Amino acid sequence: MAAHRCGLSVVCILIFSSLAHPSSCDTLEKANDNTATKRRISEVNTDGSVAGEDMNERQWQSTDVEVNRSDGTKNGETFAPAKDQFQEELVIRPLHSGDIYASFQFRTLWDTDFLQEGQKKVSHYRLFPKSLGQVLSKFSVQELHISFTQGFWRTMQWGQPFIPSPPGAELWVWFHDTVSDVDGNWKELTNVLSGIFCASLNFIDMTNTVQPSASFKPLGLGNATDHRFLRYATLPREIVCTENLTPWKKLLPCGSKAGLAVLMKSEKLFHSSFHSQAVHIRPICQDEQCTSKAWELRQTLNVVFDHYTSGQGKKEWSLFKMFSRTLTEACPLASSSKVYVDITDNPEGELFELSPATPLLSQAVVLGDRRTYSVYDLTRAETFGQLRSFNLLLRWKGDSGDMLRPLLHAERYVAGFGLQTGEIHTVIYNNHPYRAFPVLLMDSVPWYLQLYIHTLTVTSKSRDNKPSYIHYQPAKDRHRPHLLEMLIQLPPHSMTEVTVQFERALLKWTEYTPDPNHGFYVGSSVVSALVPSMVAMSTNFTQDQPLFSSFVPVKEESSYFVRVYTEPLLVNLPTPDFSMPYNVICLTCTVVAVGYGSFYNLLTRTFQVDEPSPPLAKRLANFIRRIRGVPLLA
Amino acid sequence: MGLLSDPNRRKALTNLLTRLNAPICMVCYLAAIVWFMGLAFEPFTLRTYMSENAMGSTMVEERFSSGERALSLAKEFDAHKRKAGGMPVEWLVKAMQARGLEVFTQSFSRKLPFPDENKERYMVRGTNVYGILRAPRAPRTEALVITAPCSPGNSDNQAVGLLLALAQYFRNQIFWAKDIIFLVNEHDLIGMQAWLEGYHHTNITGMEYSPLQGRAGSIQAALSLELSSDVITSLDLILEGLNGQLPNLDLANLFYAFCQKLGVLCTIQGKLQRNDWDTAEGYTHAAQTMMLMVLKQACGRSWGDHGLFLRYHIEAASIRGINGFRHYKMDVATIGRLLEGMVRKLNNLLERLHQSYFFYLLPSLSRFVSIGYYMPAFGLLAVILLLRALDLWVNLGAPALEAVDGVTEAEQPSGPGVLTVLTPVVISHLTGVALYLLPVHLQEMAVEHFPVSETEAVVLTAVAIYTAGLALPHNTQRLLSGEGTEQGWKVLKLTALLYLAVLLGCTALINFSLGFVLAVTLVPITASMTPHMPKALSALAMVLLSPAFTILYCVFIYQELIEAPVSVGEGWMLFLSVISQGILDHALYGSLVYPLLALFIYPCWLMFWNILFWS
Repeated sequence: MAAHRCGLSVVCILIFSSLAHPSSCDTLEKANDNTATKRRISEVNTDGSVAGEDMNERQWQSTDVEVNRSDGTKNGETFAPAKDQFQEELVIRPLHSGDIYASFQFRTLWDTDFLQEGQKKVSHYRLFPKSLGQVLSKFSVQELHISFTQGFWRTMQWGQPFIPSPPGAELWVWFHDTVSDVDGNWKELTNVLSGIFCASLNFIDMTNTVQPSASFKPLGLGNATDHRFLRYATLPREIVCTENLTPWKKLLPCGSKAGLAVLMKSEKLFHSSFHSQAVHIRPICQDEQCTSKAWELRQTLNVVFDHYTSGQGKKEWSLFKMFSRTLTEACPLASSSKVYVDITDNPEGELFELSPATPLLSQAVVLGDRRTYSVYDLTRAETFGQLRSFNLLLRWKGDSGDMLRPLLHAERYVAGFGLQTGEIHTVIYNNHPYRAFPVLLMDSVPWYLQLYIHTLTVTSKSRDNKPSYIHYQPAKDRHRPHLLEMLIQLPPHSMTEVTVQFERALLKWTEYTPDPNHGFYVGSSVVSALVPSMVAMSTNFTQDQPLFSSFVPVKEESSYFVRVYTEPLLVNLPTPDFSMPYNVICLTCTVVAVGYGSFYNLLTRTFQVDEPSPPLAKRLANFIRRIRGVPLLA
Repeated sequence: MGLLSDPNRRKALTNLLTRLNAPICMVCYLAAIVWFMGLAFEPFTLRTYMSENAMGSTMVEERFSSGERALSLAKEFDAHKRKAGGMPVEWLVKAMQARGLEVFTQSFSRKLPFPDENKERYMVRGTNVYGILRAPRAPRTEALVITAPCSPGNSDNQAVGLLLALAQYFRNQIFWAKDIIFLVNEHDLIGMQAWLEGYHHTNITGMEYSPLQGRAGSIQAALSLELSSDVITSLDLILEGLNGQLPNLDLANLFYAFCQKLGVLCTIQGKLQRNDWDTAEGYTHAAQTMMLMVLKQACGRSWGDHGLFLRYHIEAASIRGINGFRHYKMDVATIGRLLEGMVRKLNNLLERLHQSYFFYLLPSLSRFVSIGYYMPAFGLLAVILLLRALDLWVNLGAPALEAVDGVTEAEQPSGPGVLTVLTPVVISHLTGVALYLLPVHLQEMAVEHFPVSETEAVVLTAVAIYTAGLALPHNTQRLLSGEGTEQGWKVLKLTALLYLAVLLGCTALINFSLGFVLAVTLVPITASMTPHMPKALSALAMVLLSPAFTILYCVFIYQELIEAPVSVGEGWMLFLSVISQGILDHALYGSLVYPLLALFIYPCWLMFWNILFWS
């Protein structure tokens, strides 16, 4: 044990020396307490073997940081050759509206590349969840993004989220270009994922799957452009609850036993205004030369807490109040575990007060804006203080502000009334004062809304705005949805309205859902754009960036990538009255029996003029005449 | 059907029908009236019950207690309203924002076709203010609406106060599954129309409005609140909407259930429910309540701010607080609790309200008459028209049937020329078109030449055209080439009878009350009309049973039923204002009663008038 401690102290010193360096990540260190750290780590690692493993981790990481500083990696990720790695972080952003946004990110790196030849079978898993690893290899998945969201992100009040997601479930997958039967793989994959995440992803079929040509590009390695290998589907109706959270938490190396994940208690997470959890898997470079690939698994969970409903008038936040837990330790398997609090709007502490105060500050460029964060490093014992528990407290002073004017914002609604036709309006706002920029609008509309594509109009500033690129795939009844993708140039400071009329189809009676009068959902439309940035985005990925700012690769300094989802639509279709089938059956049967019967009778009967039967005397006379052989009387 | 395919039996049947035609018609008419009056008799009606499962079993708890706050907000609102001389937009926006709502405004303007003298407005300009309470973890697909009007003077302040207090209370609750829109509309129905058209991005009435910025998906239900005093004795439920549309009966059931639960006196048509159905008074009371509903529904206007929602397939009702002379008074908190309960139950809805009836009459809040029970009353009236038509048809066909025996089938005169029938039809309809178009379009000319106001000009022009139509037979006859034959009027009457039957039938399907009221007055005279009757007497009868006089009777009966009887002079003034309101309702909200009467019912009546003066 003594030897271990000795080794550990060396590790600690290494870590701190790396932090103390004037590093490029703008981390300022104001205070240092070596002894506290040492004590904490020794407490955590009571078991010898775990401690040994942990020690290896830390050594790798610390040497890695050195490497980074000397020559830098390509994609900003720190790599441990042939080693898996796990990072966790929590970002807390007090929102403009007075609400509070908590964003968890967990990143697991898996240094294996089974898509290369000769490495088809992987049987050893350490940090990476086996269930997902097997799925990746079995279905030759290149990239997988899945999100479950309950609620709608209110851009006008909350600004942009770190990683946006539409209400309900969203799944998009890039398959490897060696896959021959993409549709078959997709179908199986959705069913398997449905089991893994305990969600109704098995309802994804060809009627709600599309292949966007431009809106969803791979985020990881490999510049695949052939959208035959892409599948995208949303389930706007999906309800997200604890049964989805539990399997999601199980994918974490520490589960919900240690680290930031202990905060994820469903009774609090679902007592919020917005809840979104996602899994993103993509291949990234393993080293700076990019000779081999590694798999990156990012698990994100975003929650917005409402200061009205939970605060009971008092505007005061703490980790305990939000999550009914406090932090006591980092996940022992994590190479970094940090809590960031956005204090950009609060440089002098006039908006809110933060306790405990932290000496660490960090700056990052996120979504076109330079933000300042207070950093709490959970791997350091001093973070937890005397009580050995870390409870961040945030006390509001200012008032909640007006609505925001985010640079890019979109909304959608159904216009018109009645059950025959309607019009879908998509309104996109460019609030940039002087810059125009193009956006990609993607709409996937179910077949039972029959779009009249000739009525498609795009108007900005009451003038026709011709899209420079249109990709339209018409629907096939009961087989595939409409897909409409357009590249639209948004003039500065403008509102662009896209309208298209539709007719509501009459479904077959077995096609109605059990609650047809609720209406039918149309998924969110997706607006993807490179938005002009207010500050220079850093394309230099040599920095050790926080996770939340490093998800979408930035190609140029002057703009950043934003994806905005509109609200889903609820459309009523003409619905028969199912509650009285008996009456209907009786009525139709009667009508058919009476109407059809008599008409059939009238139409098929041959009418003959009835000969009035002759009187008895005449009949008698005729009878005698017939016997006599003379002509009969008329 | 064998009956009809057998010529002998068919002959026997038609013989019977033609021989007994008049008595059968009389019996039908009397049966219709008796049937209709019987609908109000309690043993013949059904008890109301909650059909919607999501609202039935899940009882909710009402905890709203900030009645005092509502009243102080009402006072504050009143003060700001006076200061602003209209909608206090800024104050309201701030007040809603402070309660944590997303607040938006909508400005609108509307020039009325002619000045509305009842409400003293012509150029209307106003602003609607609405705040949206976003439901946590809901994707903005469904919404409920609570509205309160910003009325001039002292009225409806408490409604706005209660609305704001409810907003504040609701905002702190976590259980909302649908967004809730709190709307304060200016200029009552005009503001409501502007908001609804803005929300659904339609323009059917030529309103000018600024587009809405915030939406919350498809609206499932709406409640409109009218409250003008701090304490109330009872709550009145108003259901009749535009064109006689009614909300789903479950909405009324919901209101009734909560009134029972909270011990609130509730009325419909301003009439309390009585328990003594077996006495004459009890029956009369129920019959009066039902008659009021029929009259209100028949006039096709929206009797509260809720009425315009119905067009958009949004179930809506108005709740009006009444402060009468009773000992038992309720405070605003109780009404707040009632609304809270209703909104929470609506929030629980999984589907749109669709389970219960959309077509019904209410003799009291706990009893209803469904479409299956009241339709026979109308059917019996419509049958009279068809029987008379059959009689005429047989009459017309009789000589033709005899001719079959002979050989002169080809020489049979092909009846009266198309012209003899077509001319009166076309001319009557042209008069109808004139009645529809001219009053509004000629108002300027009328004002120039006569010392009347615009409104009077419109109404009096309408009355003048209506009266001028009575001189039509002379003009028609002048246009006709020859003498009107016996067969001519029969064909015309046959056409007119079938036309009227179809018209009334279609009207009754959409708006039973209107169809029934028109049928009751039009059927007897049209069914019995022939040119051989004493001219003066039957002309008088026809005029007294014409559509215009029907409206006049309705005005008097209505005033009688709401226990505010009027003298003949006042009645006449009311009649004129009803006409102007009808024209305005058509122009402003798209009510269809005026065009129906002017373009179809009146021309149809004119055709019968023509028959009377057939020469």
